[in-house]
This record gives sequence, C-alpha cells and structure tokens, in this order.
Amino acid sequence: MSLEAAFADEPAFVPYLAAGDPSYEASIEYVEALARGGADAIELGLPFSEPIAEGTTIQEAIVRALDAGMTPDRYLEFVREVDVDVPLVCMTYYNLIYQYGESDGPRSFVEAAAEAGIEGFVVPDLPAEEAGPLRAACDEFGLDLVFIVAPTTEGDRLETMKEQVSGYVYVQARLGTTGARDEVSDYTERSLARIADWDVPKAVGFGIKTGDHAERIVRAGADGIIVGSALVDIVAEGYENGDSTEVVADRLEAKARELKEGALAGAPVEQ
Amino acid sequence: MASDGTYAGYGGRHVPEPLEEPLAQLAAGFEEAIESEQFWEEFEHLLEHYGGRPTPVFYAETLSERYDADIYFKHEDLLHGGAHKLNNTLGQGLLAKQAGKERLIAETGAGQHGTATAMVGALLDLDTTVYMGRKDIQRQEMNVFRMRLLGAEVRSVTRGNEGLAEAVDAALEDLVENVDDTHYLVGSAVGPDPFPRMVREFQSVIGKEAREQIQELHGDLPDACVACVGGGSNSIGLFDAFRDDEDVALYGAEPGGKGLSSGKHSAPLSENEDSEGEIYQGAKTKVIDDDTENHSVSAGLDYPGVGPEHAALQETGRAEYRAITDEEALAAFRELSESEGIIPAFEPSHAIALAIQLAEEDEHDTILVNLCGRGDKDMRSAAEQFDLTPTSE
Repeated sequence: MSLEAAFADEPAFVPYLAAGDPSYEASIEYVEALARGGADAIELGLPFSEPIAEGTTIQEAIVRALDAGMTPDRYLEFVREVDVDVPLVCMTYYNLIYQYGESDGPRSFVEAAAEAGIEGFVVPDLPAEEAGPLRAACDEFGLDLVFIVAPTTEGDRLETMKEQVSGYVYVQARLGTTGARDEVSDYTERSLARIADWDVPKAVGFGIKTGDHAERIVRAGADGIIVGSALVDIVAEGYENGDSTEVVADRLEAKARELKEGALAGAPVEQ
Repeated sequence: MASDGTYAGYGGRHVPEPLEEPLAQLAAGFEEAIESEQFWEEFEHLLEHYGGRPTPVFYAETLSERYDADIYFKHEDLLHGGAHKLNNTLGQGLLAKQAGKERLIAETGAGQHGTATAMVGALLDLDTTVYMGRKDIQRQEMNVFRMRLLGAEVRSVTRGNEGLAEAVDAALEDLVENVDDTHYLVGSAVGPDPFPRMVREFQSVIGKEAREQIQELHGDLPDACVACVGGGSNSIGLFDAFRDDEDVALYGAEPGGKGLSSGKHSAPLSENEDSEGEIYQGAKTKVIDDDTENHSVSAGLDYPGVGPEHAALQETGRAEYRAITDEEALAAFRELSESEGIIPAFEPSHAIALAIQLAEEDEHDTILVNLCGRGDKDMRSAAEQFDLTPTSE
C-alpha cells in the first residue's frame, strides 16, 4: 500500500512513535495498538543520539529508546517484525541515513529500509536543496520522500520541496518544537493555502492532542493529521508509573481511535 | 570558502525546516551588515572603547630563552570580560539589535561566552538567557555569578553529558520556539551556516591585529601560529589573517583529555583525520567517535564536534591539529604563570603546551600563540590540581 493511498478514501490519521521506546518488545505492541486504533500510516522514529531542536517529549522518548539498545540495524529488525498492515514511514535524522553501510551517501540505508518494509522517509534536518541523493535513492527503491513545510517556509525552498515531495507533505501547523499544545493554531489554514496547488495529500502535524483538534484541522482543509507528542506522552506516563505493556497499549489504541474518529468527523459530508 | 557556507564539503545548513528561513534571514542581515560602513563604525567603536582593543602582542622572554624560540602571545585575555568572546558577542549583538530582536540566547561551556553575551545583553538592552550544562555550572561557578549579576538568566541543562553540546541543543530548541523575537548568539565557529562564517568574521580582528603587531615587534611574520580548538572560534579568528601567508604554519591544539588512546577526550580532528565527517548540530564536520567519552579539563573545549572550517583546513593540509592532554595543558598553565606572571585559562594552556612542543621540535623559530582567555575562572580547579589551599595552622 503506497503512502498516498493511505489518504485516498477519508482523512488519514498518521501517528508517530519512537521505535524501541521504552523497550523493543513493548514498542512493537504499541505500534500494533495504533494500527488497531485506526492509523492509516505510521511514522516510526529511528532514534538518533543528536536530534536537533526536538521538543522535550520526543527527546526523552529517543533517550529511552537508545538506552534500551535501539540502533539502525535493530530498527530494521523492528520494522520486519512489527505486524501491521499500514505503511511505515521512517522518521529520522540525515546523519544516520548518510552514515549507514558501505555506500557514500544515503543509498545503503534506503535499500535496507526498503527491504525491511519501510515505505517512505521524513528527515527533519535534510535541507530540500540537498535532498537530491536521498530522492534518487528513494526513487531507485520505490520509496516516498515526505517534506516538512513550516510556517516560515517560503519562496525557492517551497518550490524545491514541491518538485521533490512524494507520499504526502507534512504541514507544520505552528512554529515550535513538537510539544503537545492545548490550542489548535490558526496557522493551519494559512499553511494549507500556501501549498494548495501541490498534488500530494496534506497532513497537518504539531500540537494535535484530542479528537476535537483533529476534527478542526481536517475541517480547515487537511487531508490527514499527524500526532506524535500526545501519544509519546502516554508511553512516557506508562513507563514512569510502571504500568503494564498491555494497559499502555490499550490506552494508545483508545487515543488512536479518538483521533481517527475526530478526523472522520471533520470530513466534508458527502452528498 | 564558498558563499553557501561550505568549506571543502564541510559545513552547510542541516536544520529542521522551521529554522531554515530564520537562518537565511540572519545570513542576509549579516551579509548586509558587513558591507555597511555604519555597522563597522559602531562595531569598531565598541571594540575599542568598550572592549579595550587593540589587545597587545607580548614577547615572552623567559619561555623564549628556555625553549630557544621566539614565543609571542596575543593578549586576548586582556579583552573586556577576560577572553576573546566579546569580539563575537558585540558583533552579533549589534546584528540582533538591527534586526529588531528583543532577546539573546546563548550556550556556554566555560561561561566565558555566556558572560560576554550577558555583557552585551546589558549594554544593548536585550533580554539574555544562557544555557549551560549542569556539570559546567558546578565547575565554572564564578562565571555563573557574573552572568546573573549582569542580568542574564542562566538555565541549567541536565540532559545527556550536561555539557556544552547539550547546551547548544537546548539553545537551538529555544530558537525554534521563539525565533520571531530571539537571536541565538552562537559562541563558536560551529553549527549551521551562517554561524561559522559570522563568528569568524567577528573574531578575525584577532589575527588582523596580531599580524601587524608581530611585524612591528619582530620585524617579520611568525613561522607558526598556534591556538586552541574546541569549537574553534579564537583559532579561526587568528588563522584567518594568515591563511594566505604560505610560510606561516597554522596549528590547532585540540583537547586530548586523558590521551587519544584513553577514549576520554574531545579531539575529533586528531581522532578522525581520515574519516569523511558526519552531520552534527546542523553542519557537516568531524565528531569524536560514539564510544569516545567527551572529556577535557577545560570546560570551554570539551565539545564533541569542531567548527567545519577547521575540518576543511585539516583536509586541505593548510592547518595541522594535535591533541594536547589535560596533563600537558596543566603543566603549561603552571609554567606560564610562574615564568611570565600570566595566569592563562585552561583553554589556551593547550595552545601554550603545543607551542612548547613545537619549539622543542625545533621546526619553527618564531611562534605566535593566541592567549585567548585569562585563568581567573579556573582558580578553583587549579587550587585542587596544585594543592594551593594553605594548610591552617
């Protein structure tokens, strides 16, 4: 199933979790719970020891996953093992992709990821101007390359992204790192307006916590919603309280369902 | 140097999308400012009347005799604040003010850059927040007191190694959140473009002055220039003026910690001379290995990466980098104090140790060392190292 197809019939719900947080085994359960709860695609974070400008919530998830032994090779094993029937998108930093394997540049990792079952990449610190080698590797192995459009993205860079993006575009709805917010920003509409003529689905992320947020974002024109911090918070809380994997997985599934239903409720009613 | 902020393939701007546009704007503002006569007038006026420039070059007679080479020091420790950091904070502070920013944020390791930022924040009436690793707050508390007295908020960074690298991370996060009104005043020639070239531009006054001064004093250019390299701002500031002088060798002293083979150091160039580098904190550069523990006796040098231009200078062979151990640096710290009556900071003590090493190798007759900061901040550590506390009787 291609990434674009995940958005085809109805507003898509795209959750994020860091693979291996807080342990390999529990994380497998959590990702599968999100799929049961209605995820249409899953952004699966590959933890990197030097994330740049991530919010505290995600930083801490990354630290937990790294402490539990997550590595790029273990990640690929994770992707092969996790039992979900929705596409998995690898979200990570360019350094890991670039450093992996024998090849000069990103080709080795893209090849390995494609073999493991990854369908696309989101790479927050990859400048669109320098995305050529990764785009080429993704094309070679049939993967999508998602770009993040921020409220500050303008001019030439917006054009460069438009030319290279595939799968979906990740629209960042407000400035700031990925901390969950109580309010849905009115940047959404403005951000969507700037990319109205892009021919990929538009998924809006950053700050979505509740089904109500999801509904409002979809109503503002999004083709899908991306939710990270609100889900990572559930993992973190379960970890701190020593809750069982099963209990945390149930909470994630319930939250996923709430978010998916919210997104559906925001969809235009078909006549 | 290419205008896109890359140096022989190193450098560049690898940042999350929300930072791209603000950094592009910063680059544009910087490029405009350095073409503006008015900017330079104001900057140079402040450097002279507020900062105390020019700083002198001093001939170290005892050391020169002892090691049979002419050893000169660029007295950057005499700059207001006690280190070369003010050159950069004044330059960037003026840029921030011109761009209408209301707030400065900075990372600091030893606290010298944080202090210099706090000074400029007070001078230019900009709110100042300084991120500092908890480990560094403990070992550099005098500078924490100074920053607070100057009106800055010092935020303790408790993640990871609780050091300079983590402070950079925290500051970048703050910038993403507050980019509208905030300027991130980077303290070293590291990070994404335009920071490395901006810091070099403002620090290049060190080399410009020194190049003239040593010709006046000595009658000729030096055979070698030596500076310590953590991120590498004082060294790039010294090297820049000499890069086209082919007969002047350039040497960077990296913090070798407990020795390169100990796995406890912060010397990426010495450790990974032949690697192709990686992307670290927004730029492609050299970084210490994953299993190397980031360590230096000097809080201002224990940074796992290095400024991208140094990686390029090493690769092209224009500069040579050597690791100086904690022990060698401490010995030089003591030697300079006793022989010349100058207490250097632990950071330039690495450069002094390397200069002594070079003199002993007898390759160079005249050696210019950048004495980039004074040692007051290191007194507590020095007292422990050298047992300076008087025994009570």
